[in-house]
Amino acid sequence: MGLKNDVILQTVTKVAVFIILAFSIHLFIGGHHNPGGGFVGGLAVVSAFTLLLLAFDLKSLRAGLIINFEILAIVGVLIAVCTGMSSLLFNEPFLNQIFGTINLPILGETEFATAVIFDTGVAFAVLGTALSIITTISEDICKWRQ
Amino acid sequence: METMMAIVIGILFSIGVYLLLCQSLLRIILGISIISHATNLLIITMGGLKTGGPPLISDGFFSYTDPLPQALILTAIVINFALTAFLLVLAYRSYAVLGTENMEQLRGNDDE
Amino acid sequence: MSWLYLITLIPLLYAILVPLFYKYLPRIHTGWFVLPVPVVLFACLMKQIPFVAKGSPFVHTVSWIPSLNINYTTYVDGLALTFGLIITGIGALVVLYSIYYLFKEREELGNFYVYLLLFMGAMLGVVFSDNILVLYMFWELTSVSSFLLIAFWYQRKGSRYGAQKSLLITVFGGFCMFAGFLILANITDTFSIQQMIQHTDKITGHLLFIPAMILILLGAFTKSAQFPFHIWLPDAMEAPTPVSAYLHSATMVKAGIYLIARLTPIFGGNMTWFWLVSGIGLITLFWGSFSAVKQVDLKAMLAYSTISQLGMIVCLLGLGSVAMYYGPGKGTVLYLTAILAAVFHLINHSTFKGSLFMVVGIIDHETGTRDIRRLGGLMSLMPITFTLAIIGSFSMAGLPPFNGFLSKELFFTALLNTSQLEIFHLGKWGLLFPVVAWIASIFTFIYCMIIAFKAFMGKHYPHRLVKKTHEAPWGMLLPPILLAFLIIFFFFNPNVLAQYLIIPAISSILPGFMETGSIEPIKAWHGWTPELFMTMGVVGLGFVLFILLPKWSKLYGWLPVRITLNNIYDQALIVTERISERITRKYMTGFIRDYLSYILLFFVVALGGAILTLNSFTFNPITNSPIRVYEIILCLTLVASALLVLFARNRIVAIIGLGVMGYLITGIFVIFRAPDLALTQLVVETVTTVLFLLCFYFLPKMKKEISKLGFKTSNLLISLGVGFLVTIMALLAQGNRLFLPISWFYENAYELAGAKNIVNAILVDFRGFDTMLEILVFCIGGIGVYTLIKLQLTGRKNNGLKE
Repeated sequence: MGLKNDVILQTVTKVAVFIILAFSIHLFIGGHHNPGGGFVGGLAVVSAFTLLLLAFDLKSLRAGLIINFEILAIVGVLIAVCTGMSSLLFNEPFLNQIFGTINLPILGETEFATAVIFDTGVAFAVLGTALSIITTISEDICKWRQ
Repeated sequence: METMMAIVIGILFSIGVYLLLCQSLLRIILGISIISHATNLLIITMGGLKTGGPPLISDGFFSYTDPLPQALILTAIVINFALTAFLLVLAYRSYAVLGTENMEQLRGNDDE
Repeated sequence: MSWLYLITLIPLLYAILVPLFYKYLPRIHTGWFVLPVPVVLFACLMKQIPFVAKGSPFVHTVSWIPSLNINYTTYVDGLALTFGLIITGIGALVVLYSIYYLFKEREELGNFYVYLLLFMGAMLGVVFSDNILVLYMFWELTSVSSFLLIAFWYQRKGSRYGAQKSLLITVFGGFCMFAGFLILANITDTFSIQQMIQHTDKITGHLLFIPAMILILLGAFTKSAQFPFHIWLPDAMEAPTPVSAYLHSATMVKAGIYLIARLTPIFGGNMTWFWLVSGIGLITLFWGSFSAVKQVDLKAMLAYSTISQLGMIVCLLGLGSVAMYYGPGKGTVLYLTAILAAVFHLINHSTFKGSLFMVVGIIDHETGTRDIRRLGGLMSLMPITFTLAIIGSFSMAGLPPFNGFLSKELFFTALLNTSQLEIFHLGKWGLLFPVVAWIASIFTFIYCMIIAFKAFMGKHYPHRLVKKTHEAPWGMLLPPILLAFLIIFFFFNPNVLAQYLIIPAISSILPGFMETGSIEPIKAWHGWTPELFMTMGVVGLGFVLFILLPKWSKLYGWLPVRITLNNIYDQALIVTERISERITRKYMTGFIRDYLSYILLFFVVALGGAILTLNSFTFNPITNSPIRVYEIILCLTLVASALLVLFARNRIVAIIGLGVMGYLITGIFVIFRAPDLALTQLVVETVTTVLFLLCFYFLPKMKKEISKLGFKTSNLLISLGVGFLVTIMALLAQGNRLFLPISWFYENAYELAGAKNIVNAILVDFRGFDTMLEILVFCIGGIGVYTLIKLQLTGRKNNGLKE
């Protein structure tokens, strides 16, 4: 919201946001084997953006991000539903997940699970919804102040 | 440990319910937050405490803490966030439109 | 033959198509599409007559809810088939009639025919079902469709009043009947009527025999408009005339009669049953015909006459049940006359009353009024209608050469037989039956004459009428003409009817009686018998009284105006509404705290009470895990931060308290080996705190709660109770492990889902469906917030919600 132009906060934020984002991606990808996952990953991204919002203001946040959060949330839910539906195509029960290993050219033997796609949907949905809640409220504050 | 947790949860519930019964909408929201915290603790306590390592499969551990309550609580925490956000917005919208957040005055019309 | 069980469902299924016809083919009257249904069903049922007349009922069972022993059993015997033919036959005529009666431009025909088919299916279901629960379901469905049809012109206040009245009374009876059914099912351990009849000896000796009988009779009496429940029928006349002709004279009101006839093998031969059925029937017969004479609305007059005729049939069924007392034998054949008269009159009544309703509908349709004070001299303008009215009302009055004469003679025979019996205190009171019925017949004769002559004779007053009068279109005349033809046909060939329908029906009302003796054929001329003298007396005295009607009709003015049954009903309705409103206002205060108190108190009382009464509290601290010092500190800080929230005077303090709580719980999760939870809680707590701070921008400062001491004390007590109970619950859960945890399954996460994080595997794989719906709920929460802020409904600001 940028109530004051706090230079220290802004400078720290610029660095910290990237650290948080990197950490949240780590949380998300590692979620299959270590603590983390879609929920935490998505929420950690939310906290990064919330920090940005507090240090700067809504306008700069919007300018920096071209994504529409409401649509992101819907896309997330759709991904989750579609991965569930896709198992129907293979005559499996709804939301049946599979996993296995694929040999990729550079990475070598890589484990891959459809559950990760589902988790991506979860992360997007959480991220989109939480951010749209926060931005909507702060937008209202801006309007109120004027 | 479980006995102590039971008592702590009981105290948290009492405080939460007392706030829930207040007239101010704000206190009601605070009460709901406390109750949901206490509920999460209740679920995890009922599942048994410290019966094994964290539910991460590795070669060293052979017994794990019950993972099911944890999965339940994880969704509960996230849903609770949405609920709190919704309640807060509801509170401040109703204050903006109706000019009060006292539940006694928000009784509604007799004709309804 | 095996498809016969579908016959009930055909109208119901066809009803789905009706709105489509109405919408997409608006140029053709929807009735034409509906007409084939009853016609085809009628033809199908006609084909069954030879089989059923031979004495082999059609039975077909489709198991519906086998676990509850509820089957959809279709049982078509003589009684059911008689009713089925009336339902479909009169139904076909009524649909044809309605095509000309209802204008396709003005009326909601789609609704009308859906309701009508709904009724037809339901009524067929009532008479064809052997399972009492299925029967009850269809029974209430007839009440509902009757409600919808009475309220068809819902813009009128009278329609709504009449519809509500009929629904309240018939559904009240329906509930009573349901209770009675359940008692019967409980005694006999079956839901099938036929099996109950086989276990009659079990029922008769049971303690609840009389209560079950009274409850079931309440259902039958309310449906068949017996005294004192008859008051709904005159108000039901607000329905369109085809509906009155169909539901409220020919079919639905006879459902009660059907039930009495169907259950006679169970209850018949009992004194209470005899006096209740025949006594109430006799009172209704008298009161209906007595009240009919004073009506000025032709339809109301027909309504009261229907009440009276229904009373007569019920009375006959009661008289006939005596046969069950004596058991099959040669002498008892005499009492079968009563049942014969009942079934015969049931059919006759449908013909003449149906045609009379249609005639009154024609008069209403062509002149715009049904008030006999404004009508007159229509004979020359509507000669065919006049002829039909004469045939219908003379038959109802019991004059030859119409079928009503035959059934009335049989009625008198049955009454005279009964008066000579010596059982059931009949020696003392038996004479009452012929005397009261004879007086009622005189009144019947008078109102029949009024219907036949008041509108058609005398002077025509065109200025009193809205429309210019002329004869009705042929489509409207055809159905009553067909009925009039039947009226005369049945007079000359009553035994055709008797052989194929009535005798099979009697053998299902009184099983086993037809084998031992045969009923004498119905004869129009049976010599100079007392019955004939009674009829002559009725005609003579009735005619004199009809001529002198203006002289003595003032007598009706002496009747009390305020203490009528209708007034009692209205007052009772008002009083109940007032009382229930007062009670509701007591606890529905509109204050959320009160509602929460009810919920929480219930929680405390129910759960606490259960724990106390079951004496199930066990405390088992042995399995407890050890406590470390830092855990105690953590918990104490947690409680302290919660207390901080409670006592905070300042919003920021409260928020900080809440935030501290959240972070402490993160710590607890870490101790409890829940890394995922700890991470999530940490992030969510951060975002939530920001959210609180953002929203506090809009909210007022926290004020000290100003409230009474009692309010605070009760809140404190409730909250302490809840807290205490939750503690007890947590300890109980700790002490009692009744079942093995299911969580061991998830420990195979790596083999099953390829994940080492079990919690995550549960979330995205094992219980993926839960998670999917959970993010959906989360999104809905987001949409809620978005709507509240972005789509502000500012228009309602001025609506004075602030008052």
